[in-house]
Amino acid sequence: METATAIFLATLAAGTPLVFAALGELVAEKSGVLNLGVEGMMIAGAVLAFLVAAETGVLWLGVLAAVLAGAAMAALFAVVTLSFQANQVAAGLALTIFGIGASAYLGLDYTGVALKGIGPVDIPVLGELPVIGPLLFALDPLVYLSFVMFAAVVWFLYRTKAGLVLRGIGESPASAHAIGYPVIGIRYLAVLFGGAMAGLGGAYLALAYTPLWVEAMTAGRGWIALALVVFGTWRPGRVMLGAYLFGGITIVQFHVQAIGIDLPPQVLSMLPYLATIVVLVLISRHAGMIRINAPASLGMSYHPAA
Amino acid sequence: MKKPGFLLSAVTGALLSMAGIAATGAAEPLKVGFVYVSPISDAGWTFQHETGRRQMAAALGDRVVTKFVEQVPEGGEAERVIRQFAADGYGLVFTTSFGYMNPTIKVAKRFPDTKFEHATGYKRDKNVGTYNVRFYEGRYLAGIVAGSMSKSNTAGYVAAFPIPEVLMGINAFTLGMQSVNPKATTKVIWTNSWYDPGREREAADVLVTQGADVLTHHTDSTAVVQRAEDRGIYAVGYHSDMSKYGPRAHLTAVTHHWGDFYTRLTQEVIEGKWTSRDVWGGIAAGMVSLAPINPAVPKEIVALVKDKEEAIRNGTFHPFQGPVRDQQGGMRIAGGTTISDEDLLKMEWYVEGVQGKLPR
Repeated sequence: METATAIFLATLAAGTPLVFAALGELVAEKSGVLNLGVEGMMIAGAVLAFLVAAETGVLWLGVLAAVLAGAAMAALFAVVTLSFQANQVAAGLALTIFGIGASAYLGLDYTGVALKGIGPVDIPVLGELPVIGPLLFALDPLVYLSFVMFAAVVWFLYRTKAGLVLRGIGESPASAHAIGYPVIGIRYLAVLFGGAMAGLGGAYLALAYTPLWVEAMTAGRGWIALALVVFGTWRPGRVMLGAYLFGGITIVQFHVQAIGIDLPPQVLSMLPYLATIVVLVLISRHAGMIRINAPASLGMSYHPAA
Repeated sequence: MKKPGFLLSAVTGALLSMAGIAATGAAEPLKVGFVYVSPISDAGWTFQHETGRRQMAAALGDRVVTKFVEQVPEGGEAERVIRQFAADGYGLVFTTSFGYMNPTIKVAKRFPDTKFEHATGYKRDKNVGTYNVRFYEGRYLAGIVAGSMSKSNTAGYVAAFPIPEVLMGINAFTLGMQSVNPKATTKVIWTNSWYDPGREREAADVLVTQGADVLTHHTDSTAVVQRAEDRGIYAVGYHSDMSKYGPRAHLTAVTHHWGDFYTRLTQEVIEGKWTSRDVWGGIAAGMVSLAPINPAVPKEIVALVKDKEEAIRNGTFHPFQGPVRDQQGGMRIAGGTTISDEDLLKMEWYVEGVQGKLPR
């Protein structure tokens, strides 16, 4: 029981940065824009979150800085791909490389700085309930925020007119444009949202998960978030579940090791990536599944005048 | 107008320095280069080497000129940096990461007049020496502290890769714990990475769930100590004193020190007495020690640690002193004998009391 609780809590924490980044990317992709720069936006968020929190001593200013940093990186991408019609794949990759390099430079003086991170909330009464108290009412505030963002994304995409328009643009920007919607403007907003969410994911890593800054500390989590969107076939619920699944694999791997089951750790380390490949293969065999949920215009530039 | 002036001053400078040599008989200062694998920060491997460089530069004053290059990736880039040092007339170059081994050897062949010292490697040449630290001596002492503070008799060890260097540490730590607590066991989790704070935290959490109430690590970040602080248990740091990352949790840390060694070696080169050899220094050489011990640790334990430290220093005690059995109960080091350096350097077994299976 205790082990199960521990695995549950550790999985929630490990999955949270993925939830933020993947939900943000999902919204951007739903509008038809493929931004491969998630890793770069995440690491930019992480470094600025840490830098601002360390300088001001106010953790939440760090979170805010991360959101702005992620959005600023996304804005760069948006200008290049939406206004100047550059190739989205190339621009996204460039954004990641740029983000990793720039964050390493910015964070040079902050490696090894000690910071008291964002701890779990302390809710009286509810937090002391047996079993469900620690499971539901003693998480850290950013984890709750990830739940809120999930609900907000689902509500926005499937329950609002604006969400419908955004999805419409992802399917057929030309039709949306013909009806009179500002395709480029809405895509800008979707990409900025994606960047802000990736920044939040970075902030979670640098302020709550491991309150420290080291170069390249996102360690490929941005790429996993990208894979998750495909893994979840562009459905927020599945993306969220996938995030916990991927986060949890490492936790379970360590538990298996500690119990002493003879399984090479290298094999276990490969599991998240193997799982992604397997799911990619499986869904590509069911073309219908992709066609229903994948935005038809994903990754294609659109110019209203064309 | 500027150029002649500059030339003039350069000539004057040269004349003056020649006059200086004639007057005092002193040679040009020795140029000493350092190649670091990670940034100089407040804690960790490179920080310790940088501290050593500063001590050496301070001790030798104007007899040396030192320079370092940080964040040099292992491989092709390292070769370029090392070659640059040699080409710029550096007389001694310290390359401080295992992955610099082949680039160091390669550059050394082209620059026979430059001396090279490579940390933690095993390849030497006429002008290449190697050096390392007997971390296991410090690990044993830290084990005594951990073993006396553990109530669950279980320590958690977050380790990077199952290589002899790391296994020596795990085994020495476990033997140290058992010397004060015969029931003590160690659980190990391999993260397969020297530097991934996220994974180190996750591993720490798992070890706590599995009953460990004191943690230590052979990875490079401070995540394990920070996590121990959050979880209300104890931790033993590594590389540097990590107490500021977990003031309550931090029992002590196994630290390494290079200042005296760098000073000694550089002096040898200056005096022309340097020879290529392997230096493997421990407590006796002042290259390993424990960070200040947490006041929560009982006085008699602190005294015991001091005694053992002294015994290791004067050679009357060796952490791997028989009888030592392995995990399967087989006798590895017979009673009355100690392990040879050669066997230490190819260690590939767990001592009795380490739980879990050693990955192959």
